[in-house]
Amino acid sequence: MDFLDEPFPDVGTYEDFHTIDWLREKSRDTDRHRKITSKSKESIWEFIKSLLDAWSGWVVMLLIGLLAGTLAGVIDLAVDWMTDLKEGVCLSAFWYSHEQCCWTSSETTFEDRDKCPLWQKWSELLVNQSEGASAYILNYLMYILWALLFAFLAVSLVRVFAPYACGSGIPEIKTILSGFIIRGYLGKWTLLIKTVTLVLVVSSGLSLGKEGPLVHVACCCGNFFSSLFSKYSKNEGKRREVLSAAAAAGVSVAFGAPIGGVLFSLEEVSYYFPLKTLWRSFFAALVAAFTLRSINPFGNSRLVLFYVEYHTPWYMAELFPFILLGVFGGLWGTLFTRCNIAWCRRRKTTRLGKYPVLEVIVVTTITAIIAYPNPYTRQSTSELISELFNDCGALESSQLCDYINDPNMTRPVDDIPDRPAGVGVYTAMWQLALALIFKIVITIFTFGMKIPSGLFIPSMAVGAMAGRMVGIGVEQLAYHHHDWIIFRNWCRPGADCVTPGLYAMVGAAACLGGVTRMTVSLVVIMFELTGGLEYIVPLMAAAVTSKWVADAFGKEGIYEAHIHLNGYPFLDVKDEFTHRTLATDVMRPRRGEPPLSVLTQDSMTVEDVETLIKETDYNGFPVVVSRDSERLIGFAQRRELILAIKNARQRQEGIVSNSIMYFTEEPPELPANSPHPLKLRRILNLSPFTVTDLTPMETVVDIFRKLGLRQCLVTRSGRLLGIITKKDVLRHMAQMANQDPESIMFN
Amino acid sequence: MASLWRGGLLRLGSVLGLSGLALSVLLLVQLTDAAKNFEDVRCKCICPPYKENPGHIYNKNISQKDCDCLHVVEPMPVRGPDVEAYCLRCECKYEERSSVTIKVTIIIYLSILGLLLLYMVYLTLVEPILKRRLFGHSQLLQSDDDVGDHQPFANAHDVLARSRSRANVLNKVEYAQQRWKLQVQEQRKSVFDRHVVLS
Repeated sequence: MDFLDEPFPDVGTYEDFHTIDWLREKSRDTDRHRKITSKSKESIWEFIKSLLDAWSGWVVMLLIGLLAGTLAGVIDLAVDWMTDLKEGVCLSAFWYSHEQCCWTSSETTFEDRDKCPLWQKWSELLVNQSEGASAYILNYLMYILWALLFAFLAVSLVRVFAPYACGSGIPEIKTILSGFIIRGYLGKWTLLIKTVTLVLVVSSGLSLGKEGPLVHVACCCGNFFSSLFSKYSKNEGKRREVLSAAAAAGVSVAFGAPIGGVLFSLEEVSYYFPLKTLWRSFFAALVAAFTLRSINPFGNSRLVLFYVEYHTPWYMAELFPFILLGVFGGLWGTLFTRCNIAWCRRRKTTRLGKYPVLEVIVVTTITAIIAYPNPYTRQSTSELISELFNDCGALESSQLCDYINDPNMTRPVDDIPDRPAGVGVYTAMWQLALALIFKIVITIFTFGMKIPSGLFIPSMAVGAMAGRMVGIGVEQLAYHHHDWIIFRNWCRPGADCVTPGLYAMVGAAACLGGVTRMTVSLVVIMFELTGGLEYIVPLMAAAVTSKWVADAFGKEGIYEAHIHLNGYPFLDVKDEFTHRTLATDVMRPRRGEPPLSVLTQDSMTVEDVETLIKETDYNGFPVVVSRDSERLIGFAQRRELILAIKNARQRQEGIVSNSIMYFTEEPPELPANSPHPLKLRRILNLSPFTVTDLTPMETVVDIFRKLGLRQCLVTRSGRLLGIITKKDVLRHMAQMANQDPESIMFN
Repeated sequence: MASLWRGGLLRLGSVLGLSGLALSVLLLVQLTDAAKNFEDVRCKCICPPYKENPGHIYNKNISQKDCDCLHVVEPMPVRGPDVEAYCLRCECKYEERSSVTIKVTIIIYLSILGLLLLYMVYLTLVEPILKRRLFGHSQLLQSDDDVGDHQPFANAHDVLARSRSRANVLNKVEYAQQRWKLQVQEQRKSVFDRHVVLS
């Protein structure tokens, strides 16, 4: 019977769209570790192997950080170039973006900082005119054509090569990290296509961001490197530790915020986050940030385009507009989540979903047509946010900083007092208002299309626009009415009181918090972005307010809402179960249903079992002593039964359809000429989790969450009554959410 | 065992490929640090209008510690005591970039994009025509849905079944390719048609 002790091939791997068994993965890892430790005492080579095994975790983190940083640098550089390609091209070297092309030129003047003879717009290149109506129309047309080309290429690539590369990726990664298997979602083709098409869609001017997809890209890198080491490739539980760290590295390169990345992975993405993962995630995030910095995509050793570094103080009285911005963020988050989910549901159920390529083309055309006339939507969203975050010194030439300067002013550069707004500022205000409305509407339709799309940047843009408008309003109010009681104490005439850039930052944080319901990670990301600890209090005030306002309307952030829309089996750790139902209310079989399909310990033949497997589609069967005394022995998985029976029929002699299948140590007493019995004790889980039928569901849900169970058996006085699976728990929770908690007390 | 070796070789190949790519990019970055292009560093000083001088932007290739108004602004438009006032308003920033990195990255990206587009055109347009010409007359079992199926990889099943019998390297590659096509088709069905995942 030696080969029965060999591991069955393929036993231990999971099928697609199934949940893993966390406890079994953990025990397998402990076994592996114990084996390596015991063998390491045998020889030097074994000792070295055990050292390599211990270090393999750190090596994987290093590799993930390097690759994630490199890919993020490539994406940033390529987006920079391709975004400017819509407007013109550099004649000296076609691979330079607008800013890079004019870098060495000495013909830039103070008034026309952006113009240089080497970089020409399409109208100049094609018809040799740079001003006038025909030039404008030609530029407009070229902009739309380039945007369409990029979007069409992106959606075609996604459709032909890697359909899993569409969407943000964060809802699916959350589900995968909670134990779900989606084969191919973190594969190599998905990685390649997501990287390539992400550049294309961000450059096409659509209202989406690259942060969410960068998390997906980093997790694909994590999956790829973990498949190189058997410690992680054979163990799904350990692999998810690596993926948590990879997600942290992804956010770290997206925002230039390593600590924020780790906290984001902890708060939003991961399901189980042991302390070891915390340290390793931090390492991966740091390596990724360092790699990105050495590639230096933005030319000034900063990681993100909108890094600001001013330190002007803020005043207590300004908390009131900050809280208002928080309320706006919460309201916008609710509005966006509801509308986007409604639109995605429509896409899922009606004919709209049959034309993904056409949908992308239509949305891109509409976006390009409306975005071009307004200078604030024509530029890329990252540049817009950067401009809105920036404080206006005396040297800024943008329209937003067109204040009326006092000609006798002799103050140094960064201490400009509050000034009255000039014409440019008023123009900028209504242009920003139009851009705000446009962005709010178009993002609802853009997020969720069949292209890689994130929503961090559009949310931050919406918040930054709202915040800047509020900031300019407060600034002008303080300038023109500095004798009002609220301004009198802290805003003397001639002082620099209000920084509209800070309001933009607070607005961005509020809107991002309202949509994703991030708390600590949001504040940490924002203050790592700004480099100033002075602004933690306004950021926290806005984040807390927006989360309270948004939670008042619904508990789900956008990612949880998409998880519910797709129906993934995700048991959220944040949901609280407060109803008073019992295990017996949720277990299967209910009253009136056929009895539980069980296997007996030693009285079923191979043929009986095969029939049972064929007729039902349950994922596992409890094993009882006999049909009369339904005392529980253990639990057997369907997949392992199938594989074991198939193997036995092929390899073992004497196994026929009439052979008795037994799960005990010793074969049962059989008559003399009966065929050889089949022992399957190896595949039996002898310690299935059981609860009694009067266990409150609160405890059962807690057990499922904390231990990551897939199913739980219900017994009474030792007799098996029924089974509760994770799906039953989720359905029960969904059912309870629509009813009053106190009114249900049926038994 | 052979399949294990093959799987291992494939894995090794992809590892080498990807890590080679990453390392080459990193190496180029280091090389650019070592041999910095003369034009890749600059100190940029922006000076606003002052009295009757218009605003001006000055660029100069200079080290970071010398990056201030007095070293960069040449010729100084104002004289004597006004220099300090003028310089107080100017803002000088040291910037550096790596033109080699930009060039290499863009060219690598465009070549990968171009290769993918070519492969996509081949898979969607050229291959069905070729296959129909090669196997068209002998395909008695080809059902009507396959002929009218506009999805790429529509005939993956048939090729998979046929290629199982032959055994040499080229057909192993084709076998792997057909298996990949089946996987992508499955993914496409669940994402685009049934809207089960990623709606």
